[in-house]
Amino acid sequence: MTTATPTVGAGAQATGATTTASRVRKRLNSRTATVVSIVIAVLWTVPTFGLFISSFRPEDQIKTTGWWTAFTDPQFTLENYQQVLFGSGSSGRLISYFINSLAITIPSVLFPIAFASLAAYALAWINFRGRDWLYIAIFALQIVPLQMALVPLLKFFSTGVTIAGVQVLPAWNLVDEQKFAQVWFAHTCFALPFAVFLLHNFISQLPGDLMEAARVDGASHPRIFRTIVLPLITPALAAFGIFQFLWVWNDLLVALIFADGGDETAPLTVRLAELAGSRGNEWQRLTAGAFVSIVVPLIVFLSLQRYFVRGLLAGSVKG
Amino acid sequence: MEFDFIAEKDKFLMLGYGLLAFVAVVGGLLLLLDVVPSWFARRHEAKLVAASASGAPLPRWPKQREGLFALFFLLPTLLLLAVGLVGPAIRTTLLSFMDAGSNDWVGLRNYGWMFSDPAILRVLTNTLVWVILVPLVATSFGLVYAVLVDKVRFEAVAKSLIFLPMAISFVGASIIWKFVYAYRGDDQQQIGLLNQIVVSLGGEPKFFLQESPLNTLLLIMIMVWIQAGFAMVVLSAAIKAIPADIVEAARLDGVTPWQMFWQITMPNIRPALIVVVVTLSIATLKVFDIVRTATNGNYDTSVIANEMYNQAFRYGQNGQGSALAVFLFVLVIPIVIYQIRNLRQQREG
Repeated sequence: MTTATPTVGAGAQATGATTTASRVRKRLNSRTATVVSIVIAVLWTVPTFGLFISSFRPEDQIKTTGWWTAFTDPQFTLENYQQVLFGSGSSGRLISYFINSLAITIPSVLFPIAFASLAAYALAWINFRGRDWLYIAIFALQIVPLQMALVPLLKFFSTGVTIAGVQVLPAWNLVDEQKFAQVWFAHTCFALPFAVFLLHNFISQLPGDLMEAARVDGASHPRIFRTIVLPLITPALAAFGIFQFLWVWNDLLVALIFADGGDETAPLTVRLAELAGSRGNEWQRLTAGAFVSIVVPLIVFLSLQRYFVRGLLAGSVKG
Repeated sequence: MEFDFIAEKDKFLMLGYGLLAFVAVVGGLLLLLDVVPSWFARRHEAKLVAASASGAPLPRWPKQREGLFALFFLLPTLLLLAVGLVGPAIRTTLLSFMDAGSNDWVGLRNYGWMFSDPAILRVLTNTLVWVILVPLVATSFGLVYAVLVDKVRFEAVAKSLIFLPMAISFVGASIIWKFVYAYRGDDQQQIGLLNQIVVSLGGEPKFFLQESPLNTLLLIMIMVWIQAGFAMVVLSAAIKAIPADIVEAARLDGVTPWQMFWQITMPNIRPALIVVVVTLSIATLKVFDIVRTATNGNYDTSVIANEMYNQAFRYGQNGQGSALAVFLFVLVIPIVIYQIRNLRQQREG
C-alpha cells in the first residue's frame, strides 16, 4: 500500500503531462485529417466537375482549350443541351431516349418490389415444407451472372419455347416500343434473387409476437401482409427501390440486348455509349449528354441517400 | 425546342399498359388470396355450426392451406426465376458444348478455343488484372479514407463526395474519364486534364487509351473511382460499430494510431472487409460497360464480359459466347465459397 501510493502519483503526473502533449498533437492530427480528407474529396470530384463545366462551354471552346481556362475566360451557353436534347437525329435527340429510360425503369422497379416482397413474406412467415431449402436456392441464384441467361432469354423472346418439336410458348413478336416489355421482363427476373434476399432480411426480423397476435385474431396471410408487413417494411422497399432504380437506369448490357438500338426503345445509356463510340470527339454533345443521363439518378440518390446506405449495409454486411 | 409529343405518345401508352399490367397482376393476386380464403373460412364456420348443433366432433382446421398460400405468394417469383434465370442458365451451359448456330454438339471445342486463341488469352489476362487490382485498390482506398475521415469536421460532406460516383452510370463515368484522358496533338492545347498535367510537367502528350497495357490500368481507375465510395461507406459503418469501450481502453493504454489501426480497427472490421472485397471481386468479374464505352475492347483492353457480348451478339458465335459466360460463372464460384466459409467461421467463433 505504502509503496504503491507514490507510483500512482507519479503515473498520474506522467499522464497529465502526456495528455497536454497528446491533446495538442491530437488537435493537429485531426486538423491534418480534415484538410487531407477534404482535399481528396475535392480531387475525387474534379473529373465530374470538369465535365459539368465543359457541358456549358461553346463547341469551339471545348474542342480547343481545356475546361480550366473557363475560369480565366468564362464563356457559357445552353446551346449544347439544346442540341443534344432536341437536335436532329445524328446530334443526339436525347429527349426520346430520356423518355425510353423512364419507360424502362418505372415498371422494372415496381414488378420486382411487389413479387419479391410477396415471396419474402412467404419464406419468412408461412410454414410449409421445404421452405428453408427454397430460400437457400433463391439466395444462391444471386451468384449466377446474368451473362448466363442472355442468349437463351433472347431466343425465348424471338422464337418462343419448343419442346420436342412442339411449340409450347409462342414467340413474343414485339415491335418498336412494345419491346419495353422484354426489358421489363429481363430486369425483373435478374433482380428477383437479390430483392428476395434483401427484403427477407427485413421481413424475417419483424417481431414474431405481432404476427402471432394477428393470426390469433383470425387475420389471413394476405391481410397480415397488406396491413401489418407492408407498412413496416417501407424503408426496406425504399432501399431496394433505389438500388433497382439506379441499376436499371444505369444499365447498358440488358438494354443493349433486349431493347432495339433505335430511338423507339433504347435508353440513354445505349445512346450515349453509341455517341462515345461513333462521335468520340464531339465533346460538346458527350459532355451535355452525359449530364442529362446523370442528373436523374443524382437527384434520386442525393434525396434518398439515407435509405440507400441503409439498404447497402443490410444487403452486404448481414450477407 | 421542337419536341414532338405526339411522336412519343406510343411510349407513354406502352408505359401505361405496363403499369396497368402491374396493378392487374399484383392487385389480382392479393384479391384472389383475400377472397378465396374468406370463402373457405365461411364454409368452415358453417361446418362448425352444423357440427356443434348435431353434437358431432368438431372438424379440424384443414392444414394444407398454409402450403397453398405459400404457393400463391411465391408463384410469380418462382415462375419468373424458372423462365428467366434457371432455365436459360442451364441452356447456356448446354449451348457452350455446341457450335456457333447451336445445331451440333462439339464437345469441349469452345473451351479449347478459349484457352488457345491468343486474343482470348489476352482477354483472360486482362480480366485477371481487373479482378486483382479493383478490389485491392478500391478497398484500400476506401479503408484509408474511412479511417481518415472518421470524426473530422465536414465528415458527411466529404463522404458524400466520394460516394457520389456510385450514382453515376458506368457509361457516364467512362465518358467523364475519357474526357480526362482526351488527347490533342503536340502542337495544340490539351483539353484532357491528364495530358495537360503531363505537358505542364514537361512531358509529351499521349493517346492514353491506345497505349497498352497502360490503357487497361486507366480503365481500372474508372472502376476504382466508382466503387471506392461503396467500400468507404461499408467500412466506415463497421468502424463506427466498434464498441467505444474497446477504443477507449486501447487509448488509455497509450497505443499509437498505427497500433490502434492494426490491433483494434482491423480485427474488428474484418467481416465487413471480406464482404467488400468479395462484392467488388464479383462486380469486377462482370465489368462490361466501362470497357465497351471507353475503348469498345480495342487496343488490347477487352475483358470476359465484353468478349462474351461480342461473340454471342455481334459475331453470332453462340457456342463460344456461352462458353465464356460459363467460365465467368465458374470464376465466381470459388469467391462465393470463400465467403460462405468465412461466414460460417464467424458464426462458430
